[in-house]
Amino acid sequence: MPKRITLAVIVTVAALATGCRQDMHDQPRYRPLAASTFFPDGRSARPAVEGAVARGYLKNDIPLYYGKVARESKEFVTDIPVKVDKALLTRGQDRYNIYCSPCHGASGDGEGMVVQRGLKHPPTYHSDKMHKQPVGYYFDVITNGFGVMPSYASRIPVNDRWAIIAYVRALQLSRTATLDDVPPAERARLEASGQ
Amino acid sequence: MSQLFRPGANTFAKASVIAGLGVALGLGGILNNIERTSYVTDVNVPRDQPVMFTHKHHVSGVGMDCRYCHSSVEVSSSAGIPSTEVCMGCHSQIWSEAPILEPVRESWRSGRSIQWNRVHDLPGYVYFNHSIHVTKGMGCQTCHGQVDKMPMVWKENTLLMEWCLDCHRAPEKYIRPKDQVFNMEYKPAGNQAELGAKLVAEYKVRKLTDCSICHR
Repeated sequence: MPKRITLAVIVTVAALATGCRQDMHDQPRYRPLAASTFFPDGRSARPAVEGAVARGYLKNDIPLYYGKVARESKEFVTDIPVKVDKALLTRGQDRYNIYCSPCHGASGDGEGMVVQRGLKHPPTYHSDKMHKQPVGYYFDVITNGFGVMPSYASRIPVNDRWAIIAYVRALQLSRTATLDDVPPAERARLEASGQ
Repeated sequence: MSQLFRPGANTFAKASVIAGLGVALGLGGILNNIERTSYVTDVNVPRDQPVMFTHKHHVSGVGMDCRYCHSSVEVSSSAGIPSTEVCMGCHSQIWSEAPILEPVRESWRSGRSIQWNRVHDLPGYVYFNHSIHVTKGMGCQTCHGQVDKMPMVWKENTLLMEWCLDCHRAPEKYIRPKDQVFNMEYKPAGNQAELGAKLVAEYKVRKLTDCSICHR
């Protein structure tokens, strides 16, 4: 009798213990950015082989991808190479506020929160010098960084960069606009409100 | 010969049947609830990290958007952990000598990744995609809690299947306007039941309780 009981206890405990295995929970595959013991640098996310081009990402549109007029040129494009409309500006405003405003400030004067905490003051967008910079220059700075500003290429896709540039142009216009720039209908409303 | 059992033993026997039932139920209850305690789920337990990074300072204090660092959250299954380069964008100048940031500088010098400890560990048999949630009006805060108030991050919710289903069965309880997804202070304007139902229709939120939605 005691033998049977011992056996029963062992079987029960063994049966319960098998339920504790987490094989399904911890499956032998990599999740994004997971650590790896296989590769020497400990990363499962592998850097692309140099010169590799992802399907659909051949950068043969030089103005769009580089902000330059031609491949070997140093000359920046002066026109935004995508269609500028309300949607692009809205997108630009959204992206600007996420990625740029911490340093450049919501209005582009360079008084962002991080600057107030001690980062080097970036130039304001509202100077004559910055007004005259071609859009391709801004694209180049976002893509490759400038001075203490790092590259934002990994976080801001190409089209979003152009959207941000369109919005920066809108910010610049907002400081130089005159009453004559206001459409007549809006102008009547402005004047009526006495501003 | 005296009796083996006294009359009171009958009461004891009856009581023990009920007590036995109680013990069995109680054990069942404990087993049922133990996996919902933070001892198992880690809810509300701040996780140790190689760098004492504080979301509270960066989000509430500096006012940074979630996407400044978690930049793939709108387009990818993973929200993304910022590379050391992102940290160094500011911290090559600000707090550039702080001992607390030495692991970041070490990573920058050596080129080795900072090995953060995962706070939200979904089982391998669950498919989860951040981008569909944030582009259909699920706020970060709904699942992650007020990360902007957390010095060290903890898990706000259990991630148990019952918790997922609570929303998948009735997304109108939690859905919010798309432009409020990244707002950590969002409060529904008016009645959530009405607004939620309207948003679910407007955003064409599908039936979300098929097994293969998450177990694919």
